Amino acid sequence: MTDQIATGVPMVRARAVIKRYGHHDVLKGIDLNVVRGEVVCLIGPSGSGKSTFLRCINHLEHIDGGELAVDGELVGYRRQGNRLYELKPAEVCRRRREIGMVFQHFELFPHKTALENIMLAPQIVLGRKAQDVRAEAMALLVRVGLEDRAGFYPSQLSGGQQQRVAIARALAMKPKLMLFDEPTSALDPELVGEVLGVMRDLAEGGMTMVVVTHEMGFARDVADRVVFMDQGRIVEEGPPDAIFSRPQTERARSFLDRLVN
Amino acid sequence: MSVQENNGLAGRSPAGSLSPEEAGTPLTVVPLRHPWRWAGAAAIAYVLLSIADLLITNPRWQWHTVWDYLFSEPVLLGVLATITLTVLAELVGISFGILLAIMRLSPNPLLSWSSAMFTWTFRGIPPLVMILFIYFFSALVPVLSIGIPFGPSIELVRTNTVITQTFAAVIGLGLAQAAYVAEIVRSGILSVTQGQTSAALALGMTPLQTMRHVIFPQAMRVIVPPLGNEVISMVKATSLVSVIAYMELLTTIQVIYARTFEQIPMLMVAVIWYGVLTTVLTIVQSRIETRLNKSAKNNPGARR
Repeated sequence: MTDQIATGVPMVRARAVIKRYGHHDVLKGIDLNVVRGEVVCLIGPSGSGKSTFLRCINHLEHIDGGELAVDGELVGYRRQGNRLYELKPAEVCRRRREIGMVFQHFELFPHKTALENIMLAPQIVLGRKAQDVRAEAMALLVRVGLEDRAGFYPSQLSGGQQQRVAIARALAMKPKLMLFDEPTSALDPELVGEVLGVMRDLAEGGMTMVVVTHEMGFARDVADRVVFMDQGRIVEEGPPDAIFSRPQTERARSFLDRLVN
Repeated sequence: MSVQENNGLAGRSPAGSLSPEEAGTPLTVVPLRHPWRWAGAAAIAYVLLSIADLLITNPRWQWHTVWDYLFSEPVLLGVLATITLTVLAELVGISFGILLAIMRLSPNPLLSWSSAMFTWTFRGIPPLVMILFIYFFSALVPVLSIGIPFGPSIELVRTNTVITQTFAAVIGLGLAQAAYVAEIVRSGILSVTQGQTSAALALGMTPLQTMRHVIFPQAMRVIVPPLGNEVISMVKATSLVSVIAYMELLTTIQVIYARTFEQIPMLMVAVIWYGVLTTVLTIVQSRIETRLNKSAKNNPGARR
């Protein structure tokens, strides 16, 4: 399996990515390749830059140095010779279509029903007709187990249900890469399982996923690779077994120790 | 007895607990008396009766005159002019106000600054002064021209042919309105969280699509109630244009009583019509609010 998925252009290729807020360096040179079909979990203490890096991948944040490409295309820039030209918003949007994202606080559109939330982007971004999109949206609701909640507004759904609708909404654009930004952190403990279940199904279906998470059980079971970040750098990475059982660095060891206790 | 002593309740609130010998007898509940409510009601009743007395027994109201003029042609034309002026001034005010709000939120500092300056200027000038100033603009600039500032220019048209009474009224009221609408729209847009923008952009929407399909529909819930107030205020603010003799409702009324000396009954005609217009607008506003709250009524503003 690992040999198969490691071929071809990497889905995400980050080289020396730097991000600053004012004088504060949030990312101090991130190098990371994610290959097709791979599930990578980013772990680390809060403020380590995991979420910022994730938002750089679909250009919700612009980078201040280095190079970041998704499926061989630079994110947010066009290269000509040795110069990077920032792209126009419309062009950035075209590239973002193929990258799905799920947020910590769900961010469903509160003025739309569950079904309408899923249908909106295919309709207005891809210009498809409502009746064509509806069947697909219903199928996605079935897939996340919420076919009986199609006409409900987000405020009428539990946190776990909202997050499953949010995953379905991202999948409606048929993305080739899914980004998850702490998708279970805002949930009551008893609702975490249903969201992780949907994500597990997605991973088994071969979706390329980058997941920022504090769910070590999920990382251990589902991830192909775990990346430990601290203070804007990748400190350690490897298969989950290696990271969780035999962390090589002191920082990773103390972080994991604290989580276990 | 021993059960009561041990259940913990008796120990916690001794004042409310029953003494053992009373426990069996039914008790009468005596509600708190509110003597001041009766005093207040009596005072209000006195004022209302006095007003009724004034309305009914004072012949100088000349209610028959009110009735004669209420649906007369000049008055109806005046009402129509007031409605037209309100609509035109609100069109200018709302469209320009939305533009100002978007400018204010722009990352371009010059756009943002000039929008803030506009709001500061037009909130600082009384609309009455603004209307007069625009009306007499030709005294400042007799001929409208286009060209390079401080440089050569081409003369286009005499100012007085452009600035009619209608123009001065619509622009004067509209620009003052725009300053307020800008602030209302801006606060509405800011009430939608940044995460909603992120979610829309992440789905591939352009900034314009994000504004139209995600931000604005949610901002409307915050915008409509104060905007409704502004429209209702505008109906009454249109009466200011009587200073430049624009023939709306109040000017019409004044023209009539200047001839007949029936000031009070004619002003009552104006009061009744302004009341009708604002009542209709209030009903329209609450209808719109009900529609906008449809999606939120189960859990208003819960998730932020």
